[in-house]
Amino acid sequence: MQLYVRWHSRAGQGAVTGAKALAEVMSQQGKYVQAYSVYGAEKRGAPMMAFDKISDEPINDHSKGINPDYILVIDPSLVFNPEILNDTHENTKFIVTTHMSKEELLAMPQAAHLKGKNLFVVDAIKISQEDIGRAMPNTPILAAFIKISEVVSPESFLDTMKVILSKFPQKIIDGNIKAMTRAMEEVK
Amino acid sequence: MAEKYELKTKEVWDGNTAASHALRQAQVDVVAAYPITPSTPIVQNYSSYLADGYVDGEFVMVESEHSAMSACVGASAAGGRVATATSSQGYALMVEVLYQASGMRLPIVMTVVNRALASPLNIHGDHGDLYLGRDAGWIHLIANNPQEAYDMTLCAFKIAEDEDVRLPVTTNQDGFLVSHTAQIVEPLDDETAYKFVGDYKQKNPMLDFDHPVTYGAQTEEEWHFEHKARQHKALMDSPKVIEKVFAEFKELTGREYKLVESHNMEDAEVAIVAMGSNYETAKIAADEARKAGIKAGVVCPRSFRPFPIKEMAETLKNVKAIAALDRNCPMGTIGALHNEVAGAINAFGQNAIITGYIYGLGGRDTTVAHNLEVFKDLAMNAEAGKRVTPLQKFINLRGPELSFFKVGE
Repeated sequence: MQLYVRWHSRAGQGAVTGAKALAEVMSQQGKYVQAYSVYGAEKRGAPMMAFDKISDEPINDHSKGINPDYILVIDPSLVFNPEILNDTHENTKFIVTTHMSKEELLAMPQAAHLKGKNLFVVDAIKISQEDIGRAMPNTPILAAFIKISEVVSPESFLDTMKVILSKFPQKIIDGNIKAMTRAMEEVK
Repeated sequence: MAEKYELKTKEVWDGNTAASHALRQAQVDVVAAYPITPSTPIVQNYSSYLADGYVDGEFVMVESEHSAMSACVGASAAGGRVATATSSQGYALMVEVLYQASGMRLPIVMTVVNRALASPLNIHGDHGDLYLGRDAGWIHLIANNPQEAYDMTLCAFKIAEDEDVRLPVTTNQDGFLVSHTAQIVEPLDDETAYKFVGDYKQKNPMLDFDHPVTYGAQTEEEWHFEHKARQHKALMDSPKVIEKVFAEFKELTGREYKLVESHNMEDAEVAIVAMGSNYETAKIAADEARKAGIKAGVVCPRSFRPFPIKEMAETLKNVKAIAALDRNCPMGTIGALHNEVAGAINAFGQNAIITGYIYGLGGRDTTVAHNLEVFKDLAMNAEAGKRVTPLQKFINLRGPELSFFKVGE
């Protein structure tokens, strides 16, 4: 099994942490992983990408490009950038954060590039604001990915996330678990 | 006494995290550092471990890399285990003091995250800094992934501090491609790691006031040559110790390291020689080249200094064509790795066709397909029995094709 995931984010929204968390979750399942990111100048708010390579075999390829099976867009404005389609294939699934329904999003001329794509939406910004207390959409998007991809059961995913988050205060851990559970329910 | 850090048998660490844990486990007495991208997290993590009680030692904040290495020299001469980390411009600023450290035979360990040198400014990976330190009298070990960044850093202390070596050592990992890429790393537990590295053995410590010694003396025509020759001999003799340390490490972990690493070389007719993360990418290309009927292999010197001349020649003795890949702009020649490999095979009477490639400057992506193109060039040279491709080519360089010494020129 080989699985490639590309995250589209703005620097500071936690895509690197999210990509590393996914790598940790999959390593717990006995998979080999690579999690990395591509920066330009390191400015908070600048668009950036993070990547996960997941495989049954050791990963020796250190080149940056992948043909993603999943695109995770964790900033609502980046959905409108056609570059999120770069290097994707016909079965690539797009999981994007937006306050709109899938139909509303696709009705927008700026989202024309997503027509006919395998698209899933979740309002990861709102979920994180309400359940974690600030706009940190990385863990809800990751949870939505787990739900759609079924690469690991929701239970063992949340168990691993509890360990990853264990360095944070209990309130933050509880908020993240709540946000991730909700994202798994609400992604459509 | 330092707190024990609980580690899982399998961690998902990037190269920086791996190197910083190795420094922590070696229980370094003094780390003096001035953080710089992309090695900043090594220094940052280390100071966190210290603040959280996981290290008994001193962290010296300095105002520049020149001062960082100077403080390392002082602490090492005083009689402590000493380490630091740097990259690129920081490395460049240290260079003067790197020569001082090796000339004084101080076993300092420096974890280097390789990054391009300005100008133009670039934070990404190439081997400009490694090549800058090439003749500085340090041992330079190469790590191609986060696991190796951890393993080489532990081995570095044991090699540097060996009674028969007493030389400073750098460990090198590619900026971002290794330093910021999280992969599975299997660390040793703290006790086992420390036991492998061992207690620091002082040699002529300046703080032993009963036995006063001089460091950094002046020697002119009468003695300078003998001092430098002796220092060179220590480097030339160090492979024995490097191999001994690697053997002990294998005994402990099952992970085997050699002076020259190779992949598919048993029956290879063509070979890529490369250092850093592209060694691993090229391995995939070699496997694919074999599916296309090209008997391809890949070779990586584990130590750039001392350069394993004999082992390199031995590994390449049956190939017909070799490409040496330099991740550095040689600015007026073919490439340092190319020249080393050419010298090595020539010294042992081998006459494979050898060409040089420049790649990956400033973090330029280098893929399996790029390496496969090199193997196709090599197959043409091997088939023709003479060089039919340019002596120097450039991988994934934009613009009109650039090459030097086309056949017939």
